[in-house]
Amino acid sequence: MSEFKSGSLTAKNIHLAFGSNKVLRGIDLHVPQGTTASVIGPSGSGKSTLLRVMNRLIEPDQGDILLDGRSVLADNPDELRRRIGMVFQQFNLFPHKSVVDNVSLSLNKLRKMPKDQARAKALEQLDMVGLKQKADARPGNLSGGQQQRVAIARALAMEPEVMFFDEATSALDPELVKGVLSLMTDLSKGGMTMVVVTHEMGFSRNVSDTVTFMDGGVVVETGSPDELFSAPKTDRLKGFLSDVL
Amino acid sequence: MDVLQQLLKTFFDWQAMGEVIPQMLTVGLPNTLILAVSSGILGCILGLVLAVMGISRNAVPRWIARIYTDVFRGLPAILTILLIGLGFGPVIRLLTGSTNPFPLGIAALTLMAGAYIGEIFRSGIQSVDKGQLEASRALGFSYTSSMVLVVIPQGIRRVLPALVNQLIALIKDSSLIYLLGLLSSQREIFRIGNDAAANTGNLSPLVAAGVLYLILTIPLTHVVNFMDKRMREGKRARIEPDDVAGVVGKGAQT
Ligand SMILES: Nc1ncnc2c1ncn2[C@@H]1O[C@H](COP(=O)(O)OP(=O)(O)O)[C@@H](O)[C@H]1O
Ligand SMILES: [Mg+2]
Repeated sequence: MSEFKSGSLTAKNIHLAFGSNKVLRGIDLHVPQGTTASVIGPSGSGKSTLLRVMNRLIEPDQGDILLDGRSVLADNPDELRRRIGMVFQQFNLFPHKSVVDNVSLSLNKLRKMPKDQARAKALEQLDMVGLKQKADARPGNLSGGQQQRVAIARALAMEPEVMFFDEATSALDPELVKGVLSLMTDLSKGGMTMVVVTHEMGFSRNVSDTVTFMDGGVVVETGSPDELFSAPKTDRLKGFLSDVL
Repeated sequence: MDVLQQLLKTFFDWQAMGEVIPQMLTVGLPNTLILAVSSGILGCILGLVLAVMGISRNAVPRWIARIYTDVFRGLPAILTILLIGLGFGPVIRLLTGSTNPFPLGIAALTLMAGAYIGEIFRSGIQSVDKGQLEASRALGFSYTSSMVLVVIPQGIRRVLPALVNQLIALIKDSSLIYLLGLLSSQREIFRIGNDAAANTGNLSPLVAAGVLYLILTIPLTHVVNFMDKRMREGKRARIEPDDVAGVVGKGAQT
């Protein structure tokens, strides 16, 4: 049973180059409906780029992307992105809008909800992340952890089928990481389909259903958290784990 | 002593000033403000169009904006005003029967201000963090909607001080419109001072005009400084402790 109308996500043989820099070299990733896949790997291995290709902020050079088993490459990319929520390391809240307007903007402009209805839904969404009382504040007046939770609420407001997190806690002060991770954990347990790029090995190990280790634009290992963390097969993953753990 | 007396009389002849000030306030001031404010508003509209062309992903509008800006920033104001005002004056007269030089004067000031304001807007828009466009697009907004709703409003906010500087420049440059020939009721601050100075052979009316310009421009420069300061320091954002972090998310495992 899921609180979300989540769907499965599949990337098949994704290739992408920036000029001569081949950043993604044949990536396969399958995230079944309602599961959480974490993606780990050293900086520069192409994790952020993979997320951006999967919601077509960047168009892949080759490969296919499937949402709920259907290829989305022929769809309008703007409409595809409405079905995939994304949370960034730097939050990227809109500083000129109040917290509640950050959340209601897409409801009002994209879903064409009347303003008061969009606001009511946004307040509900903020309540879910524990920040309803900050609705009329400016994002700049919130702590990093609060901003990131607002960013999550903003993404959830569109009722996405999949959520992407790109190092959502990396820019946070250590004492604020927990609040965001626990919210992500709740989403995962609630049945959201999630792809989580993270350096938080605890989250990756304890919360995610699968772990994918990327290095140099390829998937080096993928499997259950136990398989990767307790019995890494490749030297590259062993080396990475000994560096980060 | 004689020399000092002479200089005082040349610059600070209170009687000459007193005679010209009423006209300066009732005729000159409104005309100067009409010229500066209307070309300022039109210049902002033109500038916004140029800025959007300047950041276009298509090279053609980018180049048009570039060339326009280079030309109108590179010409002396007096030359642009004369060429536009005198060159198109007869055409306007033929089409509308009007000889009022204000529309063409405003047009010339607008063309120049637009070039500067376009660069101001463009730099403001380009200074907005790339993550803003990315976040907006990730929500499902098109490029155009993202620019209109998210990026451009933030870019404009940042350059408000520079825009006020442009208004100051326009207040001063509006004095050049006298070159197009003004009826008595069309004269702005400078022309009224200049006419009175010519009639009396005394410079005091021009000093009065200068004081009036300063009364307009000095407060504006302080507005600019105030806005700059506020922006640099931010309305500093009291960062609050993450008071509810512990409450949400019963599932924390990490
Ligand atoms: N917009 C871009 N243009 C050019 N190169 C890029 C761009 N984004 C990322 N790259 C390059 O792609 C590689 C992978 O980057 P990224 O996906 O950010 O890695 P990760 O998120 O794993 O740290 C890096 O070499 C980076 O320099
Ligand atoms: Mg990254």
